[in-house]
Amino acid sequence: MNSRLLIGAALLALSAPALAQDFAVTNATVATGDGSEPVQGATVVVRGGKVVAAGPGVAIPAGVETIDGTGKWVTPGLFAAMTALGLSDADGVEESNDTSARNSPFGAALDVTPALNPASQHVAVARDGGITRASVFSRPASSIFGGQGAVVDLGADPDMVVRPRAFQLVALGEYGARLAGGSRTSAHAVLRNALREARQYSADSRIPGGSGPRQVSTGDDIPVDTRLVDSSAERDDVLLTRFDAAALIPVVNGQQPLYVAVERAADIRSVLGLRKEFPKLKLVLVGASEGWRAAADIAAAGVPVIADPVDDLPSSFEQLAATQSNVGRMAAAGVKVALGGLAGTTGDQPKNLAQYAGNLVALTKIPGASGLSWGQAFAAISSVPAEIAGQGGRAGVLSPGAAGDLVIWDGDPLELSSAPERVFIDGVEQPKDDHQTRLRDRYRDLDESDRPKGYDW
Amino acid sequence: MRFWRTTCAALGALTLAACATAPGGTDTASANSAIDKNPYPSTYKAYPGAATALVGATVFDGAGGRIDNGTVLFADGKIVGVGSADLAIPAGYTRVDATGKFVTPGIIDIHSHLGVYPSPSVEAQSDGNEATAPTTPDVWAEHSVWPQDPGFSRALANGGVTALQILPGSANLVGGRSVTLKNVPARTVQGMKFPGAPYGMKMACGENPKRVYGGRGRMPSTRMGNMAVDRQTFLDAKKWMAEGRKGRDLANETLAGVIDGEILVQNHCYRADEMAFMIDLSREMGYKISAFHHAVESYKIADLLRENGICSAIWADWYGFKMESYDGIPENAAFLQNAGACVIIHSDDENGIQRLNQEAAKAQAAGRRAGIIIPDEQVIRWLTLNPAHAMGIDEMTGSLASGKMADVVLWNGDPLSVYSRPEKVWIDGALMYDSDNRKMRPVSDFELGQPGEGDVK
Repeated sequence: MNSRLLIGAALLALSAPALAQDFAVTNATVATGDGSEPVQGATVVVRGGKVVAAGPGVAIPAGVETIDGTGKWVTPGLFAAMTALGLSDADGVEESNDTSARNSPFGAALDVTPALNPASQHVAVARDGGITRASVFSRPASSIFGGQGAVVDLGADPDMVVRPRAFQLVALGEYGARLAGGSRTSAHAVLRNALREARQYSADSRIPGGSGPRQVSTGDDIPVDTRLVDSSAERDDVLLTRFDAAALIPVVNGQQPLYVAVERAADIRSVLGLRKEFPKLKLVLVGASEGWRAAADIAAAGVPVIADPVDDLPSSFEQLAATQSNVGRMAAAGVKVALGGLAGTTGDQPKNLAQYAGNLVALTKIPGASGLSWGQAFAAISSVPAEIAGQGGRAGVLSPGAAGDLVIWDGDPLELSSAPERVFIDGVEQPKDDHQTRLRDRYRDLDESDRPKGYDW
Repeated sequence: MRFWRTTCAALGALTLAACATAPGGTDTASANSAIDKNPYPSTYKAYPGAATALVGATVFDGAGGRIDNGTVLFADGKIVGVGSADLAIPAGYTRVDATGKFVTPGIIDIHSHLGVYPSPSVEAQSDGNEATAPTTPDVWAEHSVWPQDPGFSRALANGGVTALQILPGSANLVGGRSVTLKNVPARTVQGMKFPGAPYGMKMACGENPKRVYGGRGRMPSTRMGNMAVDRQTFLDAKKWMAEGRKGRDLANETLAGVIDGEILVQNHCYRADEMAFMIDLSREMGYKISAFHHAVESYKIADLLRENGICSAIWADWYGFKMESYDGIPENAAFLQNAGACVIIHSDDENGIQRLNQEAAKAQAAGRRAGIIIPDEQVIRWLTLNPAHAMGIDEMTGSLASGKMADVVLWNGDPLSVYSRPEKVWIDGALMYDSDNRKMRPVSDFELGQPGEGDVK
């Protein structure tokens, strides 16, 4: 969040405005998130909402509040890739659920930004779990395109959006096949046609596009592309609405990453092959249960992956080779892998990312399995997903200039017994109260001898 | 898991048809009836195993006991002795050095849909909900279980699960009979059936039944409808019983088994107020509830549950996926334990069943942060003796007591740590999983010749 938004947040907040603090945490076990192993007796300094320094022997500037980190762990805030945070209050309550738009006339043009609710309890629960930033996607439902996802922060303030329209999402594989008319053949035809239409529309519109001083913000779609405002192009024999076609221009031009959800090794190779026709595509694989079987190809293509951390069942015919070693094997082959896709509110909550990362470390003790070192595992839920989301150096890492997102844990963050004690986002300490903590406090005892529980608040 | 997953258990709310457990049946026919109460008898027989001494481990006996540097002896399928380092090892025992490792009883999941919602989760194998009538006491889950479900082996290898109860789903107010299985590969379901385990009867209250049938314009469409159908169902059964149980009647035979106390009621019920109604219903009709499952609001009525001797089978932290889960808190288990009520950690999930120990550790940690210290050896009981009790098999398994089945897990570290995994698992004293021997991992028929066959999952 930039400073202007911070001020806005402060003005709108009902309680006392939260301001970025200058502080240092000393003598803690510090994991910087960059893949390195944690270091004991280290210091982290945050000033003006940014990380200034992190490591052993870091000097503390004068006048900065000092927090004793003895016995604590300090890490960057976790980055949760591919979540539904802010898009629903309870998935099963249809009225509250904006995670997909089954009957929408649009697909690629959908944009999660205006639907985001920073006050959702799920945002608070994830934040209490140490997650400070996330990417949020809209599930494809009316077409193979889910629309444009956003990068968000989980600060307790009115604005979640860090980067709107950060990526486009398309489903291929079995799910995409069903959406496209019943077969992978159709899904690929629909995708290729859409990208061709977008490319053609980009060229034919005769309206200058792209970012720059002439950009026009319409407030309802990609403001960086003026072709949305008007068009002189004739469009015959097309499948996409103009709105969807315009939304795909930055994808086909390589300005906006295209996240492709696939599981099977063969499907992964088909996705990598798209670049023969659309060389500018900036691909990210999502899911990739069988990624280990195509790891060399993925690595050679330089395509990053957001993988389900511990997927090990043949849940479908496209996931027959699923194994918890998938992430470890891809990483060993040189693929940049983030853990993600924990979109839900059951066992697959974003706040369990740390637990799943710990599971990948546990695999290193199993003969024949491939896991990750502690540092790698932590990076897979911090710096790596941040880099994939275009936030490299700004999030998920404790390096100078990064956002002041910092978590003070009561122990090893990947361990089940550990939890965040204090969470800072952009240098602002976050509140710890939410619906769950209030229920906890109300029902810590069942004493109603004086008054019903309804008065206990 | 699939990237576009929907959780069954939760059944959430999303796919109804997908998803949705107690004691009763016996292996002998009732004397006062010509009805064969056990027409599909277990053919399971313990596999051969060596007399074994596990030496030097930290032993959690499942009943709340802990022995450091302990010795566990088993032979001929039974626990022979559990004691300290000076427990004499009889001649002929294979000595396993377990120094630095941990030993627990086999983990037991009271709520699983393995086999009835197997992997791959294709429509052709969706056999967990007979969602064609609001009450189906006549169906038996065992007739749906696919013994080749690869999920069984994952639960064994990663979760140390040695026994589990398979429930029909929660679409129906009365879903049918459960079946309790030994987690051994078998060609037939009978080959997995836990000898002598009572049957359970699945009941559900709340959102699922009213949604499924209300959605079809038929009763029940409301919670009052749920109660009315439940009451009439039991009244009809009592009438049939009072009239001499004339003629075979599969539905009433199950209900009569519940009223007779031979079949244990496993009641899917989230909300505190609804659980209280179910308790009243059980009193009105004269049966006992063994456990409430998915009981996310148990903490609000821990006193009532303790007084009625009803266990709560719960997740650690599932939250807010449907309206009736909106008041879930991670301190639920700790509050129940603190109040003296029975706690069980269940999965209702083919992935969660692989990490029940981790779920318990998270619940323990949430309690600790709320000021409730629960020793590790008590927490292990949530996964062993308590579910065994609520399934009616606690005389046979669930703790490391002399004479009980030698269902034993040797963990390569503290089972409440994310970094630990089962190293060896014995069922009835037979070694059924060994992480050091790749041929000691079961591969189901479905997986043979397929990508990933025999991989470390």
